Amino acid sequence: MPRGESATFVLVWAALMALLAATVGVSFLHLGSWNTVLNLGIAVAKTVLIVWFYMHFRRTRPLVRLAGATAPLWLAILFGLALSDYLTR
Amino acid sequence: MTTAPFVRPEQQQEANHLGIWLFLATEAMMFGALFFALTVVRLRVPEGVRVASGHLDKLLGTVNTGVLLTSSLLVALAVSAARRGRQERTAGLLAGGAGLGVIFLAIKAYEYQKEFSEGLMPGPGFRLHDHPGAELFFNLYYAATGLHAVHLTIGVLLMLGLSARVLGGYLRLPERAESVELPGLYWHTVDIVWVFLYPTLYLVSG
Repeated sequence: MPRGESATFVLVWAALMALLAATVGVSFLHLGSWNTVLNLGIAVAKTVLIVWFYMHFRRTRPLVRLAGATAPLWLAILFGLALSDYLTR
Repeated sequence: MTTAPFVRPEQQQEANHLGIWLFLATEAMMFGALFFALTVVRLRVPEGVRVASGHLDKLLGTVNTGVLLTSSLLVALAVSAARRGRQERTAGLLAGGAGLGVIFLAIKAYEYQKEFSEGLMPGPGFRLHDHPGAELFFNLYYAATGLHAVHLTIGVLLMLGLSARVLGGYLRLPERAESVELPGLYWHTVDIVWVFLYPTLYLVSG
């Protein structure tokens, strides 16, 4: 099991590097606002990989998961409320 | 290892994890404010932000992203080794992670110095005065990357301290693997902040 874990971590690293290459590639294309969407999507994908594997979220207890989940939840609420102002002026 | 106010050791472990995750959530809130400011500036003055971002060194930013992602791999492997009770391997991997952190900071310092000499420091000599919003972008760039660098410096000191304690036998493994794991979570969070700073600052195109 632990040996398998190290192999998983290296595979996750390879995936992170592939995503980094992808985001650099996308930045050389001119896709208008899709550039931003793709770059943010790739950043979210990297974050999910880091949180799920490197930060052991897959083995974290429910109460602790809930505490961790408050971060994206509140960021979404605050971004949502504030953007609903800035985008509709 | 005392479990003073706790009935079972697992309770203490859960409380420790709850504490660090709450702290990391507050970190996300703090950086979130800077990200929102960057979002608003970009919505208001897209042209100024595009011009300003174009003056950042995309290559160095990309290299630094790779350096930090790799440092996270080493720290994750260190936690794995700590759980298996491999003292020397753990100490080595933690020191490696810290070393990559130092490389990141060195590249960042070189970048700051380069930008300073190119007149990209907000103030009287700022060369992009003709582009509204560019100066605001650079203010936020220095605030966000500076705050990130402070966090990374703390992370480097934490990892070096841990590495020395593991190597010196002051931190017994695998019994105290959690003492390696929790600072590791902080390290990964600082990495994630950069994962978002990189496209927000360096990859602004359209």
